[in-house]
This record gives sequence, structure tokens and C-alpha cells, in this order.
Amino acid sequence: MPFIANTDKDREEMLKTIGVKSVDDLFADIPAAHRFPKLNLPKPLSEPEVLKEVEAMAAKNLTANNSAWFLGAGAYDHFIPAIVPQMAGRGEFLTAYTPYEPEVSQGTLQAIFEYESMAGELLGVEVMNASHYDVATALAEAVIMAHRVGPSRPRVLIPAALHPEYKAVLATYLAPISSLKVEEYEGEPGKAKLGDDVACLVMAYPEFTGEIRDIGAGSENAHKAGALAIVQADPMMCAILKSPGELGADIVVAEGQSLGNPMNYGGPFLGMMGTSEKLMRRMPGRIVGEAYDHEGRKGYVLTLSAREQHIRREKAVSNICSNEGLTMLQTCIYLAAMGRQGMQAAAELCWNKAHYAASLIGKLPGYAVQNKNFFEEFTVKTPVAAEKIATKLSRKGIVPGFPVSRYDKKRPDELIVCVTEMRSKDEIELLASSLKEAAK
Amino acid sequence: MNIRPEANIYDLSKPGRTTAVLPALDTPKTAIPAKLRRENLNLPEIDEETLARHFTRLSQKNYSVDSCFYPLGSCTMKYNPKVNEVAAAQPGWLGAHPLAGEEFCQGSLELIYKLQDMLAKIGGFSACSLQPAAGAHGELSGVLMIRAYHVSRGDTKRTKMLIPDSAHGTNPASSAMAGFTVVTIPSDSDGGVDMKALKEALAGDAGKEVAGLMITNPNTLGLFEKNIEEIAKLVHEAGGLVYGDGANLNALTGVLRPADVGIDVMHFNLHKTFSTPHGGGGPGSGMIGANKKLQDFLPGPIVVMKGERYGLEQPAKSIGHVKAFYGNFGVMTRAYTYLRMLGAAGLRAVAENAVLNANYMKVLIEKNYTLKYPRRCMHEFVASGDVAEGIKTIDIAKGLIDAGFHPPTIYFPLIVNEAIMIEPTETESKETMDEFADAMAKLAAEAKSNPAALHAAPVTTPVGRLDEVAAARQPVLSYTGRK
Repeated sequence: MPFIANTDKDREEMLKTIGVKSVDDLFADIPAAHRFPKLNLPKPLSEPEVLKEVEAMAAKNLTANNSAWFLGAGAYDHFIPAIVPQMAGRGEFLTAYTPYEPEVSQGTLQAIFEYESMAGELLGVEVMNASHYDVATALAEAVIMAHRVGPSRPRVLIPAALHPEYKAVLATYLAPISSLKVEEYEGEPGKAKLGDDVACLVMAYPEFTGEIRDIGAGSENAHKAGALAIVQADPMMCAILKSPGELGADIVVAEGQSLGNPMNYGGPFLGMMGTSEKLMRRMPGRIVGEAYDHEGRKGYVLTLSAREQHIRREKAVSNICSNEGLTMLQTCIYLAAMGRQGMQAAAELCWNKAHYAASLIGKLPGYAVQNKNFFEEFTVKTPVAAEKIATKLSRKGIVPGFPVSRYDKKRPDELIVCVTEMRSKDEIELLASSLKEAAK
Repeated sequence: MNIRPEANIYDLSKPGRTTAVLPALDTPKTAIPAKLRRENLNLPEIDEETLARHFTRLSQKNYSVDSCFYPLGSCTMKYNPKVNEVAAAQPGWLGAHPLAGEEFCQGSLELIYKLQDMLAKIGGFSACSLQPAAGAHGELSGVLMIRAYHVSRGDTKRTKMLIPDSAHGTNPASSAMAGFTVVTIPSDSDGGVDMKALKEALAGDAGKEVAGLMITNPNTLGLFEKNIEEIAKLVHEAGGLVYGDGANLNALTGVLRPADVGIDVMHFNLHKTFSTPHGGGGPGSGMIGANKKLQDFLPGPIVVMKGERYGLEQPAKSIGHVKAFYGNFGVMTRAYTYLRMLGAAGLRAVAENAVLNANYMKVLIEKNYTLKYPRRCMHEFVASGDVAEGIKTIDIAKGLIDAGFHPPTIYFPLIVNEAIMIEPTETESKETMDEFADAMAKLAAEAKSNPAALHAAPVTTPVGRLDEVAAARQPVLSYTGRK
């Protein structure tokens, strides 16, 4: 049998030691009527056969590797240095469990500590946790955290232009908390109408449309009302634009997929979350800190565990247990590999290429760029249905962006275009000429 | 194991060094407005060789399944076949985008569809969703489904979730997140659910407030709940639903379909039972399966056939999205590969060898350690580590580290004093188990002859026992946070 070391002889010896005649005897507690059902599964494949099948399936996808790719909308095609998967894929990292035994988990623990340090710097927060499933769940947990900080404040304000997937996940997580009401605000967070009944003001940096709002004014607005400022940020953008922490955020969440993790059809991603020292004991998720042994040697441990489910059970701040450890490790290695210069250079490439693309598309007849300030993603009004353009061009191997109508049928003529450092000038010009062609 | 201290990444930094080599700008430049621009970015600057050595050395400070026996109870630390990694690393997977449109993602959709189908069959469920990203995430989804089911029937008084005292902490935490009040059901002298207490919790008006029961079977003692059909019947008669925690499914693959004994909704941990690596804490995948009664409430979207093509669909009465997009696809590709290589016979062999290994190990360990519930176990069992005066389970665990083994799960479940929970899994050989049992026997002897040595363990690791109390009192949580 695949992946099993026991030989028939081993099994015989073990059964003898146990004192039973057959393996079936070990299952006597299982209700006899239901024991050993016939499972109608496909017949097993050998290793070369399964790889052939999987390769053939994977080849059916249109991907950023085999086309000109301008689709972002929550999953981004950024460069991943070769060292990232090479190091993260080492068996000692890959096949270890959560670092519950610190003496034999110092590798994982120190890597988490280094991630907390670098990610905290990038996002401008004092304390990071070791990850959530993705930014959508991180945001939902951040709102629940704000609710625990201000339980008598029933209102949660979110931007109308928050990513629709994040809105949906937030609604699912908040459904059981009947006292909380989610309201949407349009435009600048600094102008959202708040009061002393608001638990938190959520801001997107940038919005789903790519628009960058004044987060500083929004944070001030929140703080005046005694509410928490929660920012959902693009971490790549934070390499060159002001960090959410610098702009006054109390809790920052970000999608770490952009930082060293492939798009992988939407997962695994990396929910990054950080906050201030003041609020850290209310933050969910695992946190690693420095510790010393009796000889004074420095090491790292999981800390502030009194917040967590394995200690507090139903009184825990969250149910999270398994997280996205390996994608966090990829991001840790990525941040170190890119470093200060690499992060700034990559983000500047995104900025410049996206602005070049916007300038070309903005000149096309019938097209209009909607944004005032953006980083690598912007929204374009299209002369014909955006869905039509996207399908037509995708079939030619040019993926021009995200038609907003896929989430909102009432917005048929909006296309969100994303240009990362991976796109060449030639590809950008091909996009512009193809959009022009597609409008005819 | 590498026991030399390894510098923090920031201490390796030197201005002017870099690893990443990026293309030059080939388009015109656009100035970044000063009011948006960031001034400083304090990230390290490191060359690739230094970086490779840093992370290689860090990796060598870990115990892992690839390097040693890792019998962490309830975590199913089986060997993760390398073919999974090759299958998951296809460029066609890695570069696929969740919003590219169904027409352009037929490969990914096909894999999810086929995996959904195999997993539903293994559990006996009519449908499943692969959206949850971890076991606890599956639990949350499942109890939200139970909540939505009752609400959809106008039955809004059901606010209580029954949970046995042997359950993982995630069960009560997930129930609380879904708005339920947790009612703890004690275990009986045989290690199973106390039927008298269960009946009391379900009787009369109290029963009308019960939304459901969360049950782990085999439970965290490694024991099969023999009364499972009776338990499910009682909960159903009271109008409640039964949630199955699939953490211990490795004992049952091809042996029992949980739906056949009354489980309405259940999560499977692909990162335990279906051999995807734990990655130092994740990512996982907490597939959730449901019977006919609950399938319309599944989180989604899930993958369905739309004519000749695969497509996405939100179940009719779905609790909604529990995660952006469709789940941890990179975990699914690994589990799919594993299942296609095993087939039905291979799956049954998994459970058979997991249970055989655990029972063999139990006989060897019982010679020196006491078991609160000595009956035949399933895929794991729980002993107590207090083998001598002044010796605790933690001392045995740390002693095992010096013997070259990762310790079992300790101090869990909470209902066993000085618990030490051992799960060998089916992939371990008899020789490895003999070596481990031998080490456990030596530690039991040392506990009596030289307890001081055990109190000092481990001595072969980069650090000894760390002062966790001091670490939590004055936390240092980042390089720059050091005062």
C-alpha cells in the first residue's frame, strides 16, 4: 500500500503483541451495520499516472504565466524571488506543526518573530499576529475585536467600495451578533457621519476601485467619535506610500498574498493583522515573543496565550487555531529577500507602469479612467460591456482586468485594471491597442 | 539539530545589499505626490547567500515529520508524500486567478469538483464545501449552518450547543463565535459521553433550547463513542442537529461513514487525514460536508456541473462566504493527489494501520505508564506522565526531545491528569515505534533513578525550557519593540 511502512509480517507480530487475531477485531466498537462500507472512488493511480492527470488539468487554466495579465481585484501577480519557495519548502519548515514545543521549534518561532518585525514595520504597527486565513477573515475578526473593545457601540461603518468578497465574509461573521449593524459610507472616510454609537470605522487603502482615500482624516474622524480606525491595506503599496499606522489606524489588516505568495486560484492567502501595544491583549491569533531560558539564552515562544481557544475555550477572543503558517513564512522570506530597496523598487515599478497604462487607456475613444489617486489598480469606464471585452480578450490571451458586473450587474461598463511590476511596456501597449479594438 | 544561536534578520542587514533582482523601468515615470509618499522603510538589506544560510539554519532548529517521529496526538502528523508537492507546484495552478471567469479556470474547477465528490463519498454526505481554511473554520461554518437551519424554520429559541468535556478548545470557541451558549457534557467512567447527563440536557424545556451537539469521534481520548447512534437519535428527537468534528477521521477512513451514524454536518481536516503538510501552523483546509437536511446551508460558492462545464454556485440557503474566493486551493491539490493514489482500498489501509499502530504502541507504553481509560483505542491513546514522585508529564515530554523525538500532545484532553496523548499514524514503521517505546521506558526508569536529569531536560536543543511567564508579562514582540 502507498505510504505505509508495515509489512504483513510486521502486522502479524503487532497483532500478536496486542493479543488479537486480526485487524478487523480492532474495530469491534464500530456499529457492525455500518462497518467497512464500499466506497465508490476512482481506482488508484501510480505516481507517474497521477502527475500526468494533474498536469493535464492544470494546463486547462488560463494563467498569469501564459497570458498578458491585468487582473487584480484581490489577487495579485507579483514577482516571487526563487529563494522564497526554495527555503519555505524545506521539509523542516513544511512538515512541522504549530510550535507548541518551543525547544524544538525555534526555527518556526524565530521566523514568525522576524515576520512580525518586518510586517509591523511595513504596515506601521507595533504588534503583528502570526496570520489569519486571508484578509477577509482578518477584517471580520478585526471588527469583532472592535466590538469587544466597545460593546455598547452598535454601529460598524464600512466603505461602499470595500471589496465585495470582504463585505460578504464580514456579513457571515457578524450574523450571530444581532446588536451590530453594518452601514456603508460613500467616498472620503473623513466625511463619514459618526457618533458615540460607532464601534469602528473601516477604511480600504485603496478601495476595491483602486481609489486612495485620505486615511489620516478618516482616522481622526473615528478617534473624535471614540471609535477604532480599522484599515484594510494593500501591503505592497505601503512600501512607497504612508503606512496605515502612520495615518492613525488602530488595527491594520492586509492581504499578504501579494508578498511572496502565488495567486493559486484564491488560496492559501495570508491574512495579516496588527495593532498597538495598548490593544494587543484583545487581538486574536498567535503571537510570538522573546523569552529566556535558565542559562539566559534567548529564544522565542508563543505568548499572550490567555487570549486563545486552547486556554480560554468559549471565552477566547477567537476560535482560530490552524492559521496560514507557511504563507506567512513565504512572506517573511520575501520581505527579507526584497529588503528595503527591493520593496521600494517593486512598488515604484507598479506605480509607474499602472500610471503609464492609465494614461494610454484614458486617451482611447470611449474609455475614461475614474480615479484621482491610485497605486497599481484603477477603474475604467468602458464604451461596451466590460464583461464582453474581458471574455473576448481573455480568449486571445490578454486578460484586461476585472469587469465589476461580475459582482454587481448594475455596473456593466466598469473594468478594474491592474498593472504590476511583472508587465512589460509591450504588454501594456498591447492592452491599450486591444481595448481600442474591442470597443469597435 | 542546529543548536548555534542564529542572529535576527535585522542584525544581518547591511545598507546596500540586496537579494531581489528586478527589471529596470521601461515606461515613463509618474511622480508620487508628496502628501502620499512614505519617508522611511526600515526593512533589512541582505544578500542571497546570507539569506539562504539564515533560513536553512533556522529550519535546522525545528523537529519535523521529515526529520523525526512526531506523535502529536490529535494532530495526525503522518508523512506527507513528496509527490503532493510536485503536483501542487504546477504553473497552471500557481498562476490561476480566482476571478478570471469560469471559462478560463476549468482545470481548477475540475479538481475542486472531483475532490468534493470523493470527500463527500468518504463521509457519506450529500454535498460538501471546500471553502473553510482550517478545522476551526469548518467548525464555525458548521455551527453557523445549524444556526441558520433553525432560524429558517422560525425556531429562534435554540441558543445552546452541547459539547463533551473532552472536546478541543476550538469547539466551544467556534460555538461562542456563532452566538451559542455552551453546555458542557461530562464524560462517563468509560471515556464516552455520559448518557445520563446528555438525556438531562435534552429533556423537557431545556431540550427545546438545544441547537445541537458537537462531537469528536473517535474522541480526544482516542476512544470510539460506542453510543454514537443513540446519541444522535436523542439529539435529533429533541430537535437538535449533530456536528461532527473530523479531527480524528484518520481512524475511520474506509471504516465508517460518519453520516451513516447520524452526523448531519462535519468538517474534515485535509491537513491531517489527507496528508497535506502542516507548514508550522498552516495552511489547512477544513472541508465541510452535510447531509440532505443541511446541504443548502453550506458556505460557498461550491463547484457544480453546468452542462458540459464546471462552474461555481452559491448553495440555495447558504450561510454565505466564510472566506474570500473558494478555499485553500493549494491544499486541495495535495489532498487530491493523495486520494487519487490511495483509492478506496488504500484509504481503508490508512485507518487500519493507524489503529493497529496505536494499539501496538499502547501495549508497549502501558508497561510503564498508567492509562485512565485502558480500553482498546482507535488511532491514538492518552496515558499519564506522572510516573514517579516529583515527575510531571512535561518532564517526560522534554526528556523525549533529548531522545530525538517530538513530544506527544501534553496536558490535553483536560479530563486526564498529566495527560500525554500519543498518535503514531499509519505511516510510521514498527521499528520507529519500538524505538519510541524504548525511550519512554528509559524515561520512566530515569524518573525514579535520576529525576534531576529529567527536570533539566532538554539539554540537546538550542535553548532549554523558556520562561513563558516572564515573556507574557513584559512582551517583546518585534525587533524594533525591544526597549
